[in-house]
Amino acid sequence: MNQVTTIFRRELRGYFTTPLAYVFIVIFLVLAAVFTFQVGGFLERGQADLQPFFRWHPWLYLVLIPAISMRLWAEERSSGSIELLMTLPITLWQAVVGKFLAAWVFAGIALLLTFPIWITVNYLGHPDNGAIVAAYVGSFLMAGGFLAIGTCLSAATRNQVVAFVTAAMVGFVFLLAGFPLVLDFVRGVLPQAIVDAIASLSFLTHFEAISKGVIDLRDIVYFAALIVSWLTATALVLDMKKAE
Amino acid sequence: MIKTQNLTKRYGGILAVDDLTFTVAPGEVLGFLGANGAGKSTTMRMIAGFIAPSAGTVSVCGHDIGAAPVAAKACMGYLPEGAPTYGEMTVGEFLDFVADVRGLKGARRRGRRDVVIDRLALGPVADQVIETLSKGFRRRVGLAQALIHDPQVLILDEPTDGLDPNQKHEVRRLINELSKDKLVVVSTHILEEVHEVCTRAIIIANGRIVADETPAALEARSRYHHAVTLRFERREAFEAGRVAIGALAEVTAVEFDERELRLTAVPRPGANVLPAVSALVVKNDWDVPELHLEAGRLDEVFRSLTQPLQAEAAGADPFKAHGATL
Repeated sequence: MNQVTTIFRRELRGYFTTPLAYVFIVIFLVLAAVFTFQVGGFLERGQADLQPFFRWHPWLYLVLIPAISMRLWAEERSSGSIELLMTLPITLWQAVVGKFLAAWVFAGIALLLTFPIWITVNYLGHPDNGAIVAAYVGSFLMAGGFLAIGTCLSAATRNQVVAFVTAAMVGFVFLLAGFPLVLDFVRGVLPQAIVDAIASLSFLTHFEAISKGVIDLRDIVYFAALIVSWLTATALVLDMKKAE
Repeated sequence: MIKTQNLTKRYGGILAVDDLTFTVAPGEVLGFLGANGAGKSTTMRMIAGFIAPSAGTVSVCGHDIGAAPVAAKACMGYLPEGAPTYGEMTVGEFLDFVADVRGLKGARRRGRRDVVIDRLALGPVADQVIETLSKGFRRRVGLAQALIHDPQVLILDEPTDGLDPNQKHEVRRLINELSKDKLVVVSTHILEEVHEVCTRAIIIANGRIVADETPAALEARSRYHHAVTLRFERREAFEAGRVAIGALAEVTAVEFDERELRLTAVPRPGANVLPAVSALVVKNDWDVPELHLEAGRLDEVFRSLTQPLQAEAAGADPFKAHGATL
């Protein structure tokens, strides 16, 4: 556990010693605001909730989370520091989990910095703050899902651009799986059970429920299982091709 | 203590390391020699637990690297080839990170950090970001990292690569000091280094051990072992010396440099040419400002041991064979 904390701390500090952290946070906050106010019509709706804010999170994460995850392992590979890390007395799992948690907490910090929108909505009306907290939890879980995918793809390459593009691509598939357009299309050809299975794999399906304030154990289990599976895949990929 | 047993690594169809079995005991400084691509780094990476062997086992301090990797890694310090570090950290932060991962605490953590910073003369750059440092400093940061937990076993992959002569000398002195109570494995292709720091040398070519001896025994394999080299002042004496020394029964060949007026009498195996040569010098009253007995030339031994094998490998390469006919 100590080793996980040490790796976590080094990694998290690493984000803030490069411009990446600040650029990321600024862009995330600006985009979140643009989508909420301009596209989502937050003020025009006249409703005291944060639906127009949370609705865009899957799409923001789709583009921005791979920017956090791409460096996680690809950079270790290209600089050769993976050889140093893997010959320290730690297990592969401690390294994978420590690095992932650092990226997740960093994403969480960016998410927490959107708190002015929560203040705004409380100033303008009387929203259901319980539902807002639930939506924040859901958004954080979804960020973890995107990050776990990105971690695995970053471990598979030494090129950060490749890691970014592939993570965005796979993330897109996981998002689209719940999109009505796709579901309506497959509903015509596939039995309902498979359609439900595809829909149940989607970020959108699970996030939408939580973002409305309904915390269902199944949605939490879904994201937890997703994260654990992709991190397991990360460990396998690293174990297979550490030295390449 | 390091033990390797039938250590083998295959990359696809290529055999990088072929059935290495050797044991290194505390107090030994083992020099690992070989041409580029001979399998030095691959072997060290397997000992350090970075890559898994295709076959065979490695045990370090009694811990099998496959079965108990964390315990084995805890008792060794490893400097990977090229001395990779986390470039965005400062030297101090980086050493603290390694100390934390290695479980050093409190006074010992501070003490060891100060010791390695002092020993590797990193004091002036302790607060600088590693990627802004020169190659020599970065190499020393890598060494400091390997030493911070005072390990029993040190694996150093080309520790003096990229250092200037003074720094090389310092690192060699450091290795000599460390070797008193530790086991050090150093890979290098600088042969003078072997002579200066190693108590034992393993030469590998194409993944196989072709020699495993003390540096002195390696030198004794040289045809220049006990050869005598002399330099003449005048050309006439040099010409006369060439003929007279070449006629000696103990001498198998005379090599010479006409510009420098220098010649080397290569002895027959086991023969001692020094008495005969010095008797000639005295008898003919040659003006010889320089005369010395050679221990042997490591580079020549190295070439004779590794080149036949490399030529064999090149001959087996269809591309090269084809290229020769074009």
